Amino acid sequence: MSEYSPSTALSKTPLHALHVSLGAKMVPFAGYDMPVSYPGGILAEHRQCRESAVLFDVSHMGQLRLVGADAAAALETLVPVDIVGLAEGKQRYALFTNDDGGILDDLMVTRRADHFFLVVNASCKEADTAHLRARIGSRCTIEPMPDRALLALQGPKAATVMARLAPNLAQLTFMSGAEARIAGIAVFATRSGYTGEDGFEISVADVDAQALARALLDQPEVLPAGLGARDTLRLEAGLCLYGHDIDTKTTPIEAGLTWAIQKVRRPGGDRAGSYPGAATIGRQITDGVAKKRVGLVGLDRAPVREGAAILDAGGASVGRVTSGTIGPTVGKPIALAYVATALAAVDTRVSADVRGKLLPMQVAPMPFAPHHYFRG
Amino acid sequence: MPVLYTPEHEWIDTGDAAAATVGITVHAQDALGDVVFVDLPAVGTSFKKGEVAGVVESVKAAADLYMPVDGEVVAVNEALRADPSLANTDPLASGWFFKIKLADPAATASLMDQAAYDALVKAA
Repeated sequence: MSEYSPSTALSKTPLHALHVSLGAKMVPFAGYDMPVSYPGGILAEHRQCRESAVLFDVSHMGQLRLVGADAAAALETLVPVDIVGLAEGKQRYALFTNDDGGILDDLMVTRRADHFFLVVNASCKEADTAHLRARIGSRCTIEPMPDRALLALQGPKAATVMARLAPNLAQLTFMSGAEARIAGIAVFATRSGYTGEDGFEISVADVDAQALARALLDQPEVLPAGLGARDTLRLEAGLCLYGHDIDTKTTPIEAGLTWAIQKVRRPGGDRAGSYPGAATIGRQITDGVAKKRVGLVGLDRAPVREGAAILDAGGASVGRVTSGTIGPTVGKPIALAYVATALAAVDTRVSADVRGKLLPMQVAPMPFAPHHYFRG
Repeated sequence: MPVLYTPEHEWIDTGDAAAATVGITVHAQDALGDVVFVDLPAVGTSFKKGEVAGVVESVKAAADLYMPVDGEVVAVNEALRADPSLANTDPLASGWFFKIKLADPAATASLMDQAAYDALVKAA
């Protein structure tokens, strides 16, 4: 095992001292010194999220504002998503695409009264900001928000906590947001997340982040959770991790994200196309794709991880694993993989090459663990 | 006979040279986190010192298990295979990984004693 030595070159979120004081194991992630787990360990944190509630620090992610009357139409030139039709207070999952139809990043977009609020991946925030400025900087103002922190409260008891601390947030339905005060602290929260459970992502001024975190961790239902549990939770939920399950070499259609492209932006829709890679993506919506992202469940006990080759019954290479672990809730090895479309049907049997051994796996429906989003 | 250690955070109990027990240390299981899977060697296989004899997998990653000295695997811990968390909860006793017959009982002289291993962990 490699020993980690802290580097002064890593950035710190406003909650860094809190993580260290709670005994977190810290690791570098996207240029930040982040907690991978707290002393209880990843499995305990994962279970706490599925059974009660956990608090994640995701302040390393990028928060931005797009301001101006033309912002919605401008953003639509960069994503195959309906932004013009997004109602105030509502949130949508979106994808920045490139000219080949590949994915530059995935992000969340919320329409506020006088701006759009974007949350992007930490590893892409510099590139995404440059992309926005270069392509639409003349049509609207791009405002990074480096003085904001982001906390995610996730789990079936998150709503109970919010009913106690900020009742108006407990009224929100999945994929909508509102301003609120939690313990007297001004926040903007959306009812969404990256775990498959009900929960909230809470944007707060960095100077208030520690007080907010303590107020939430003081609730009896809540324990802290790190990036390790965040990964097992999202994988069980069938959610993609940028740079692993989606990247510039995968289109939204190959990735199984066609649902994120509203009808109005698909071929035949009123605002079809006019985003990078629209010709390729439009063609794939109509004609299909050669490879698809699928969920795989291991029929053996061994975990199958990113990079493992997927073979068909004849031993031919037909795909590759992009994420994998043993799912703590499902109790089996699970993986996301791209496979040739002919082998993408649920129940198809394949093999994964792990250290020279061929391990039996089966295409399974996603999510591996059921979602529990609050729809009202 | 004392328990001896390798720089890769494994322990070997050479009380019985025909069946010396090998496991991972408290430091190793703490660094790994929750162990979710172990890949144990086949009984009867011989390995040289330093060869990969198996794999211990945590939630996040796989780590190789090395043979501490030349020998032949004479037993593996089926209880550990069935419940990998034993490597975390009882790494020095019921969480043992495999037992080996030493090719040369004197070979253990090159391994670290408790004091040397404690110093290694402290310096890490």
